[in-house]
Amino acid sequence: MTEDILSEIKKDYVLSKLRDGERIDGRKFDEFRKLEIKTGIISKAEGSAYVKLGNTQVVVGVKMQPGEPFPDVPDRGVIIVNAELVPLASPTFEPGPPDENSIELARVIDRGIRESEAVDLSKLCIEVGKKVWLTFIDIHALDDDGNLLDASAIASICALMNTIVPASRFGLGEDFCLPVNDIPVSVTSLIIGNKFLVDPTRDEMSVGERTITITVDRNDNIVAIQKSGDYLLSESLLEEIMDTSIRVSKKIREEILRQCSKACQ
Amino acid sequence: MPRPERFIIDGKRLDGRAPDQLRPIKIEVDYLKRADGSCYLEMGKNRVVAAVYGPREAHPRHIQDPTKAVIRYRYNMASFSVEERKRPGPDRRSIEISKVSKEAFEAVIMKELFPRSAIDIFVEVLQADAGSRTACINAASVALVDAGIPMKGILTSVAVAKVDGVLVLDPMKEEDNYGEADMPIAFLMRGGKIDSIALLQMDGRMTREEIREAIKLAKKGAMEIYQMQREAIMKKFVQEGEE
Repeated sequence: MTEDILSEIKKDYVLSKLRDGERIDGRKFDEFRKLEIKTGIISKAEGSAYVKLGNTQVVVGVKMQPGEPFPDVPDRGVIIVNAELVPLASPTFEPGPPDENSIELARVIDRGIRESEAVDLSKLCIEVGKKVWLTFIDIHALDDDGNLLDASAIASICALMNTIVPASRFGLGEDFCLPVNDIPVSVTSLIIGNKFLVDPTRDEMSVGERTITITVDRNDNIVAIQKSGDYLLSESLLEEIMDTSIRVSKKIREEILRQCSKACQ
Repeated sequence: MPRPERFIIDGKRLDGRAPDQLRPIKIEVDYLKRADGSCYLEMGKNRVVAAVYGPREAHPRHIQDPTKAVIRYRYNMASFSVEERKRPGPDRRSIEISKVSKEAFEAVIMKELFPRSAIDIFVEVLQADAGSRTACINAASVALVDAGIPMKGILTSVAVAKVDGVLVLDPMKEEDNYGEADMPIAFLMRGGKIDSIALLQMDGRMTREEIREAIKLAKKGAMEIYQMQREAIMKKFVQEGEE
């Protein structure tokens, strides 16, 4: 009950600030929070990254192993994205199998990586139809202070960028760098009436979990869209959000390139 | 299914359709006896059944909301609905589809009228052939009307895909599997017009301009589907009036 009252107060605060054209933390409507990236933090993993976006924290680890390809693409490696919204990260997360929110999060990130062709899967074939590299991208939330999705997407691509394929461990020749060709950037906005706030915090989300995520590749193509939440979206607002997301994605990509060191290349 | 070399030959698609043409649609209202509202719908080779139960008492009780009805939506595929047998029960894809579809209906059902109750929407895919989530939303909309659930309007859904660099309406399996992009969308139809977007997903690669065009194409398709949904509903109620 205290949670409910608190969230009502926060909601009023967010809305009253919004009427003055402001956000509660003083950011511009299209401004991300401070982004901090550390890579290679888990030496047991083939690639890893820690991302802190404002107070949202997440760790992503990449593990690789040989396995069977999908029958319809016998000469391509496989990527599998999984998200664990563990109870340590939020009072609302519960232990147990992934719920609809963690499944949605993982699938939206998966689409961004897959559709931007960020990982060159053709270079991950060991034996056509029999053996390819399986790339497991596991997202481990540590602290959900809002927009876990974008933080996880950044951590995922950063982890991939410093992944070394452990070929020698499996007797498959020399280790090599995972070929990463693009940096897809997802931009999530919170919809409030006819306005939208990029990279919402948990407090801002108290007005209602109504978001849209637009994922953009390095050539300004849109590679994934996901409207999430029980609201109606006007076409004109969607147009505005797409333009803003494309613009914002460039800044984030620059920031990723600046902070995320590649293992090799 | 092998990848076709080309998807569009002489301006025609593999099944002979024009890029802006829908597959044949068949809608039957009040298909099931036990449900409060129901609908059977065919969209190309898709065969789906939707049932609505409620408003009824929400169980378990802790999910009850004193301010509004709880909406539940379950998208489920029959194991035989696809080429390779699907393991029964919800998989990750079904869970995601159920979530976004539920949210789309939450935005249009006047749930404040039924506090503490539940409205259950069940959709079963008997045969899937690309666009099953859109077929299910179209069927569920009609079933909700059949059940007499008050709504701001009805939802009409269709997908647009990109193949050979061309935008195509209501993609079939080959276009969905091997296409460059797929964008399912659901509109709220209100007063015979398109009001707003209730569901929107996209995966693939599209430019900003292509998305604008894709939405335009989807709107054209949605208007046609809406007319068929309307006719199906009218047919039932006119018949009832005559009896």
